[in-house]
Amino acid sequence: MKASFIVNGQTQEVDVPEDMPLLWILRDILGMTGTKYGCGIAQCGACTVHFNGEAVRSCQIGAYALEGAEITTIEGLGTPEAPHPVQDAWIEMQVAQCGYCQSGQIMQAAALLRDIPVPTDAEIDDAMSGNLCRCATYPRIRAAIHRATAKTGGR
Amino acid sequence: MGKLKTITRRAFLIGSAAVGGGVAFGAYLVRRDIPNPLLENLQEGEAAITPYIKITENGITLITPRADMGQGAYSIQADLIAEELDIDPATATITPGTPGPAYYNAAVLAEGVPFPAYDHSTMAETVRSFMSIPAKLFEIQITGGSSTVPDSYDKLRLAGAVARETLKEAAARRAGLKRHDLTTENGEVVLPDGSRIPYTDLAGDAADLDPITEVELRPASTWKTLGAERPRLDMVAKCTGTETYGIDLHQEGMVYATVRANPGIGGGITRLDATQARKVPGVRDIIPIHSAVAVVAENTWSAFQGANALDIKWGPAPFPESSERMFEALEAALGSKDSFDHRQRDDGDVEAALEDGAEVEVTYRVPYLAHAPMEPMNALVHVSETDCDIWVGTQIPLFIRNRAAEMTGLPADRVHVHVAKMGGSFGHRLEMTQVEQAVEIAISLKGTPVKLVWSREEDMTHDYPRPAAVARGRGRTEQGHVHSLDLSVAQSAMTPGWLNRLSGMTAPGPDATITTGSWDQPYAIPNYRVTGYRAPDMVPVSSWRSVGASTNGFFHDCLLDELIHAAGADPLAERIRLCMNDTSRKVLETVGEMCGWDGPDLGYNKGRGVAFCMSFGVPCAQVVDVTLTDAGIKLDRVFVAVDVGEVLDPLNLEAQVTGGVLFGLGHAMNCELTYSGHAPEQSNFDSYTGLRLYQVPEIQVTALTHGSRIRGVGEPGVPPAAPALANAIFAATGQRIRELPLNRHIDFA
Repeated sequence: MKASFIVNGQTQEVDVPEDMPLLWILRDILGMTGTKYGCGIAQCGACTVHFNGEAVRSCQIGAYALEGAEITTIEGLGTPEAPHPVQDAWIEMQVAQCGYCQSGQIMQAAALLRDIPVPTDAEIDDAMSGNLCRCATYPRIRAAIHRATAKTGGR
Repeated sequence: MGKLKTITRRAFLIGSAAVGGGVAFGAYLVRRDIPNPLLENLQEGEAAITPYIKITENGITLITPRADMGQGAYSIQADLIAEELDIDPATATITPGTPGPAYYNAAVLAEGVPFPAYDHSTMAETVRSFMSIPAKLFEIQITGGSSTVPDSYDKLRLAGAVARETLKEAAARRAGLKRHDLTTENGEVVLPDGSRIPYTDLAGDAADLDPITEVELRPASTWKTLGAERPRLDMVAKCTGTETYGIDLHQEGMVYATVRANPGIGGGITRLDATQARKVPGVRDIIPIHSAVAVVAENTWSAFQGANALDIKWGPAPFPESSERMFEALEAALGSKDSFDHRQRDDGDVEAALEDGAEVEVTYRVPYLAHAPMEPMNALVHVSETDCDIWVGTQIPLFIRNRAAEMTGLPADRVHVHVAKMGGSFGHRLEMTQVEQAVEIAISLKGTPVKLVWSREEDMTHDYPRPAAVARGRGRTEQGHVHSLDLSVAQSAMTPGWLNRLSGMTAPGPDATITTGSWDQPYAIPNYRVTGYRAPDMVPVSSWRSVGASTNGFFHDCLLDELIHAAGADPLAERIRLCMNDTSRKVLETVGEMCGWDGPDLGYNKGRGVAFCMSFGVPCAQVVDVTLTDAGIKLDRVFVAVDVGEVLDPLNLEAQVTGGVLFGLGHAMNCELTYSGHAPEQSNFDSYTGLRLYQVPEIQVTALTHGSRIRGVGEPGVPPAAPALANAIFAATGQRIRELPLNRHIDFA
């Protein structure tokens, strides 16, 4: 099927099977590999992107749902030269080890901070516990979310 | 390149002369020049100062041959070179380089010697120094065993120093001055008049010189970057989605592939029907390969869909059908004369001490565990008539090169292994099954690059897991103290199967991994014995973060805790009293100070457990505090003390230790591979998880530096975590859990 949607502000048109997940459209069709494959069953969060403003697992969004959607991936959140405040906090707190899950962690955290500008530890736990990190960088993820809150002044 | 051939050996094979004749292994092979892979690709005007540094007029490249699976190895290696070379590593290109035998790793084998790490006797050190000989013979370029820093510490700094002095010599000759009148700063040689010559301008001159190898390493007190907190070189890329991992790589004209192999590894295929798979949109080809079926497609998802549509009947695996049968085999081996493997500790007289029966007699059990790094295994391979290129995240590039050469029939120097960035490993990348599969597919599609990606399910069910093991512990106390400890451990051997898969070599003799982490602990218990029993080969197994200590740390420390409890002694004080190694004792004392061990009782439904394990030469003590809540056990706090001899980067040390502890806790709480019908019952993160954020306790780490030599810290945080938690649960509930994962017996909040 053909689908037209917006990724990081740019219109993309693809012709793919209707149940092909957004994850693989991003990675293999559009060549945007910042979004990662970890499990394919919405259990690890490595593929998290923003879909019409919501943090979702892109492995669970089929092409049939994409028409007209607005998607933000890690590449659109910020860049090495101009990182998003959440990315800034991640870099400052030196969160990543292998780094493979961090695209998803950062996208999830950015959505959390937009919804709840100053989250409590319990709210962080609720929002972030679907994102697996096998290196267990969790303490620094927590610290970086608090740091990002300080950076944005809770806005 | 004859003029450069004197560079290699004296410049970086530190201690190779001191090793001496090495009669047992052959002096000629040991003393030969190791081929230097950098010399093969040099253009006119380029100079390879040492195999770790390459300087051209265009820039400086630092070669960091030890793989970075996420532990920060590239940054640490670059920093070691840069400290002596006087450059900012952020201005250099950092690359794992072309794999080559020059990058052999002696440290990884040195810990396999039959002496505990705290034994610095002449005999122990002599045997350790000889271990650099087989490493060279086997041409082992390997990353593992927390060996990167110990192996690199002198070599890389010396490489930097040799390069720096040689560049100074080149500048001195050009300016008509003496080398000793010159200094270096920030990638430039500084002349007495203040003028500067960039290293990059001196590369050609330096190539014509014999290297200056009479150099002294700078003392730690004068270090500029080592020892201080600093950002990792890969951090910005990893936080912006711009790091390119193996799974992200692309080659022009590439096809995508996945495989389906028998989850009963070794069982093969008895019937294949690919009719439906061929109909899946995007599927281009179905290729039966050795022990698997490959699906080649236009994208990864189509390949996965095609694999799901394959109708395959697997042959029976050459191991027991279920976990139940496997544990029966382990238990049958435990204590059986026929299964005796080794006894490396036998102090006092355990038989006499336990003649009247044991006061404590318990059994323990731990499961198979998958490595499950976040990035599933993958490999990108291009085979042409003349060359084979392999892009893969790996800890064993030379084994891969050699295997691909065998498979393609190409000479080894036409096989090019490009080590990719890695999304974790935990030991998984010490295997190469997916590379063999990708090479096989690429041979049949000669000329077309093939990117093979395993699905998570394929990854978890073909993981060569950590061995399952059982143990029996016995002991007695006397006058309020631990008086005898007798531990027997049974598991399948790990090392021979692994080495055989990689190289076809056999590994005769005992398999030390069966008791590593228990026989080698620094305790002076009057009657103290540890015996390893080798169970039959079952599921093919491999190294998992902290290797033998991942099981033995649990067995040994839980048994000790039970004996201390039986003696009515204080768990921390008795461990300190029994400890015969100063560095380890300080680690135990420190963790006690950190947690306020002697302070007031924690209160109702709360418990505190301590555990200790020395692994990879690193003593590590942990205290875990838990609360029994209505929802189950909640982890409150963890205190960790560790001694690595020298801290090169406090920030990365804290990350590695914290990560190791939480890795150990998470698997102890809820991870196991169980088998039914010859296959693992867990195949994805819904049933095999580890810790999630809501379960993560507060964690404090103190790094001490009393140890006599520098050690690696990627693994030693793991072993004490499981016993510290089990001991804490006992303190909170009175329940002794002697089987992992703990959630078989108790809920976690």
